[in-house]
Amino acid sequence: MTTDKAQLVRNNYDRRTTDWYIDKVMQSLVFISGISAILFIVGIFVFITMEGIGFVIQDLDIVEFFTSEYWSPSDEDDPEYGILALIAGTASVTGLAMVVAIPFALGAAIYIGEFSTGKTRETLKVLVELLAAIPSVVWGFIGLSIMNPLIIAVFDVPVGLNVLNAGIILGLMAAPIMTSIAEDALKAVPDTYREAAEAMGATRWQVIFKVVLPAAKNGLLGAVLLGVGRGFGETMAVLMATGHSVNMPGSIFDSVRALTATIAAELGETAVGSEHYGVLFTIGIFLFLITFLINLTADLVIRDVRKG
Amino acid sequence: MFKTSEINKRNQKNEKLFQLLFMVMTLLLILPVAIILGMLVYKGGSVISVDFLFSSPTDGMTAGGIFPAIFGTIWLVSVALLVSVPIGVAAAIYLSEYAPDNWLTRLINLAIINLAGVPSIVHALFGVGAFVIFFGMGTSILAASLTLAIMTMPVVIVASRESLQAVPQAFRVACWNMGATRWQTIRRVVLPNAVSGILTGVILEVSRTAGETAPIMFTGAVFFLPFLPQGVFDQTMALSLHLFVVSTQVPGVPENLPYGVALVLIGMVLIMNSLSIAFRMHLRGKKKW
Repeated sequence: MTTDKAQLVRNNYDRRTTDWYIDKVMQSLVFISGISAILFIVGIFVFITMEGIGFVIQDLDIVEFFTSEYWSPSDEDDPEYGILALIAGTASVTGLAMVVAIPFALGAAIYIGEFSTGKTRETLKVLVELLAAIPSVVWGFIGLSIMNPLIIAVFDVPVGLNVLNAGIILGLMAAPIMTSIAEDALKAVPDTYREAAEAMGATRWQVIFKVVLPAAKNGLLGAVLLGVGRGFGETMAVLMATGHSVNMPGSIFDSVRALTATIAAELGETAVGSEHYGVLFTIGIFLFLITFLINLTADLVIRDVRKG
Repeated sequence: MFKTSEINKRNQKNEKLFQLLFMVMTLLLILPVAIILGMLVYKGGSVISVDFLFSSPTDGMTAGGIFPAIFGTIWLVSVALLVSVPIGVAAAIYLSEYAPDNWLTRLINLAIINLAGVPSIVHALFGVGAFVIFFGMGTSILAASLTLAIMTMPVVIVASRESLQAVPQAFRVACWNMGATRWQTIRRVVLPNAVSGILTGVILEVSRTAGETAPIMFTGAVFFLPFLPQGVFDQTMALSLHLFVVSTQVPGVPENLPYGVALVLIGMVLIMNSLSIAFRMHLRGKKKW
């Protein structure tokens, strides 16, 4: 009797139809896709570590690695693996790029976000978005073919592929992205702040400088950090525009070589598993960790804004 | 009744000045790029012809066309999209429709940001270590496309998530109340309303993928091939790498040739992006809620 009743209940109320199973299967599938991003980022770290770890354990002299400015990995008798000059190259180019990009990116963000209206605003935003889409190899080509002769002509220097060239190129590359993130940060400041300040008799620029910018400062900092991250990781443009010679830069007219560009230029000519191959992956691990830190910081800083 | 005070006058003058300053800064951001693009068109325009687009390089790449490079880029982008779009859209569905607000979701978001932020050359190293060596694919279209897919996936995830989240909650609730399962609701109600937004993300990804150079240099793209790739296990030429090669690696290239290659590449990318933007604006105008 009781079993019959249970059977009846199951027949009528059992929700495990085909649709129910499809629902469960799809839920698992999208969950797996959802966590795939984590798998990929862990995978990236694991695989570059796998290729680089042999070198790190056996041959790496960590003090020499970070403090020596001699990079001659293909020397058969006495190869040297010092990345200080490469770090200096990356840092000088990224630094100059930020000097170029920060004022323009913030200025443009303020103009687009606070002053322009309607059609002008839409057009400017579209233009900035299109600028951000130009591939880095095209930027490198511009540095090589347009900026190079221009710098030689204007500053009367023998070589135009140097810190100045790569810094300007990288600045132009990073500025559009920084502009859109900075503009988002300005937009996140509630309009009530502006209205309150205006009601007190503040002029537009007083509102911007005394109210909007301080309120948005974390988001703006996040924008700058992401720009730094981008500059640090940029490969093709710096490979083509820096001159690619190992050098501790003394002035902006010196040619330098960047960390990323070194990998791009040398990986093709190394034998898999060799010391040289290992050291390039070690640089990769270093780059991964640095950009991870920068992105993490930027994310924390920006998230702070959204909460506040 | 009210007279403009001295302070007000000064403030008004300052305001005009600042507005002008910021406008000039914005223009200075856009102007150099406009000039550069103008130069690309001026110098590269004369190179581009039907013959240039549809023939192979000759004379050690100093003459002839770029067809194998365009063809290779289409291969790379297509295979990359086949992988990244399904996974990316599914990930966006998870984040928008299922994910609770917990540490795992935050971790996923952090991972997405980092996938987009890791240097392209590190993605290349990953591609070499994982696909070329560990999974034994060798340098092939498959290895290069998988590397590209993982690198550009954040583009499609972020765009899809945004357009899914823009579908009003009431649509879902109404559907659930009719007895539909969660997946039926997503499949029949949420996705159809978000599909155009997802499509703009996919177009953006095409443009991103086509322009990348570093990730494919060691995983599948080569400087020169005398034949076209036949399948995913072949190596290929690519437009972005071809620009690098003709402008740095090959001696004796006529001055205007690289400009032509750059123009084709940038034209492809900008057309794709404009399409995506136009599409987005069209949608915004049509949106009923």
